[in-house]
Amino acid sequence: MSAGLTFTYGVVRILNLAHGNLYALGAYMGAWLVLGWGSSAMPVLSYLLLFAAAVFIGVTAGPLIERLFLRRVYGKEEEIQILLTFSILLILEDVIKLVWGVSPLFADKPYIYMGHVRLGGVDYAGYPFLLTGIAVVTGILLWLVVTRTRFGKVLVSVITDREVSSALGVNVPRIYTLAFTLGAVFAALGGAFTAPMFSVVPGIGAEVIVVSFAVVAIGGLGSIGGAALGALLVGLARATAVHLFPELDLFAIYLIMALVLLFRPQGLFGQVQARRI
Amino acid sequence: MMKTPLLSVIALIAVLSPPAAAQTPAPRAAGAPKELRVGIVTLLSGPASSTFGIPAKKAADAWVEKINDEGGIGGVKIVPVLTDEAGPGDKVVAEFRRLAADEKVDLVIGYISSANCVAVPAVAEELRVLTVLFDCGTTRVFEEAKYKYVFRTAAHTGIDGIGAARYLLAAKPDVKTIAGLNQDYAWGRDSWEIFSRALRKLKPDVQVVETLWPKLFQGDLSAEISKLLTAKPDVIFHSLWGTDLASVNSQGRVRGLFRQSLVIHNNSAFLFKEFRDLPDGFVVGFRGTHWPDVPDPARNPLQKEFIERCTKKFGEPCGSPHGSYHMVQALQGVKTAYEKAIKATGRWPSVDDVVKAFEYLEFDSPSGRIAMGVGGGHQAIEDSLYGTVKLDPQRNQNVLSSVRVFPAKCVNPPDGVKTLDWIDQGFRGAQCP
Repeated sequence: MSAGLTFTYGVVRILNLAHGNLYALGAYMGAWLVLGWGSSAMPVLSYLLLFAAAVFIGVTAGPLIERLFLRRVYGKEEEIQILLTFSILLILEDVIKLVWGVSPLFADKPYIYMGHVRLGGVDYAGYPFLLTGIAVVTGILLWLVVTRTRFGKVLVSVITDREVSSALGVNVPRIYTLAFTLGAVFAALGGAFTAPMFSVVPGIGAEVIVVSFAVVAIGGLGSIGGAALGALLVGLARATAVHLFPELDLFAIYLIMALVLLFRPQGLFGQVQARRI
Repeated sequence: MMKTPLLSVIALIAVLSPPAAAQTPAPRAAGAPKELRVGIVTLLSGPASSTFGIPAKKAADAWVEKINDEGGIGGVKIVPVLTDEAGPGDKVVAEFRRLAADEKVDLVIGYISSANCVAVPAVAEELRVLTVLFDCGTTRVFEEAKYKYVFRTAAHTGIDGIGAARYLLAAKPDVKTIAGLNQDYAWGRDSWEIFSRALRKLKPDVQVVETLWPKLFQGDLSAEISKLLTAKPDVIFHSLWGTDLASVNSQGRVRGLFRQSLVIHNNSAFLFKEFRDLPDGFVVGFRGTHWPDVPDPARNPLQKEFIERCTKKFGEPCGSPHGSYHMVQALQGVKTAYEKAIKATGRWPSVDDVVKAFEYLEFDSPSGRIAMGVGGGHQAIEDSLYGTVKLDPQRNQNVLSSVRVFPAKCVNPPDGVKTLDWIDQGFRGAQCP
């Protein structure tokens, strides 16, 4: 989720508030497919359905949003971009209600299939380990795509200087569409695979985007490594607070964010950028 | 040959006879209006809508139809004006004003959210609109203020916590340690306060080993469950709802939380849809005696009729019993109060006449006999129902077992006494079996 948010910002330079509802769309589509076609006789099918849901949402909603809306505000004031993505967030919220209604969808079978493991005398669900694995694999794949492929090199050139890249023959609008779509797939992947852990209800997109912003603010906007570190810090901060000071679990997250922004406003891995005139 | 004329006569009589319900229409009261416009405010969108709001709306549809089929109230048919309760408090108050000023409703039945039940009464008093709060739980409405035009026909949340404490001591009298897992806002805080205070009053040696306050709709409760698994309390009390409730059921089950501790939930209408998947031994509670088969609907004609009407209209019962039964209680209360006022005045009553008739009223409902017993006759008291989920191996489905119904006067303070004060005073005057 945070990787997609920061990746999108890194390329198209738009802080995409609608990212939260791409996550929600992934969650709804994943839960809906699992409820409809998931089978206890073939548990692996449920995981494939979650993955298919994420890809479907990413490759349909991603290009649609980028081409219809975002393309018109590249390079414009941040206020306009934020207002536009906030509008898309609200529109998607209503689309979700129109398609799936307001009743919660609860598809916890993929979570239950994974059973539990016993560590240090406490039972832990197996499913979060799967999620961790998916997050690690996704991060590594993203890193490989950016650093080891031709597309990645072109992407870096567009991130560094859009105008020069365009002058050198790079189809910048196409790169933008592809990058935004990839970010959308990540958001939907996050939604689809976390859906089995809780019931999917309207409003989950807005909930998750707030924590995602904290994660990317800690890690540094535009930095995938930063997003990974930010997610780790936020998770550890919450778990530690719940164990030691339960009243302060949310405070702990935003305390870390405030401290990071106080001493390193660009985030832990963010880079200070010279203003271009 | 004889059959044909005989059948014709019977058919003719049948055709000419009006439907049974309309045979004895309620006599039209003198000065009665053309219609009784009733604002129905319930959650039609948002996370609580499917559990409470939509079932309440269905119940209103079914029961208004029944009242109108039977001739209305004092010969006047009810015209419902439906409004969505979702949104911030200022929007809800604005909607109330709109109902009164633009829709010209005669009364309003509404409000699931406790925040709205605290915000609306002042406006109801200002506009002198009879307002019946049908479902919200906060004890604050009539324990911290007095209203003339506002009534609540369902019990407040005090009975959830007190009923839970009483049930727990009956089911597990040797309990030594408890933990709380409640959402960090008024509902979670109040639920824990009432339960823990009641339990410690009834069994002072009980120790609280953990209190956790996840954010509302946090979803992922892994950290909280880890903490509860390491704290190992005898009993875990929680009042979670929405996505958090689904999470703790699913995550807690996989991680053995329900095997380790007795888990008790205080307002389990939230669990209506998931009931078939709940773990064995889970203790669930209800504000009012209205679980689908407990008590037996055959013993209460109104409950039987309510289930039948919903099933006929929607193909199934009206949904989670909490919102749906409470909506019917409100409609029954209004109907009975109007009829009592008509009888007393001999004409169509003014709002003040209805208010007078409503105070300390008792009326029948699908949940049994309801008494407006506290809050100066403006607040209903109900029985508290608790039971334990048990898998019936023969039917291969969950059933509610070890059911206990605590009478209203066992779990509600007397009129004029605040719930927490009553607990601190040792439940003085409680009438328990």
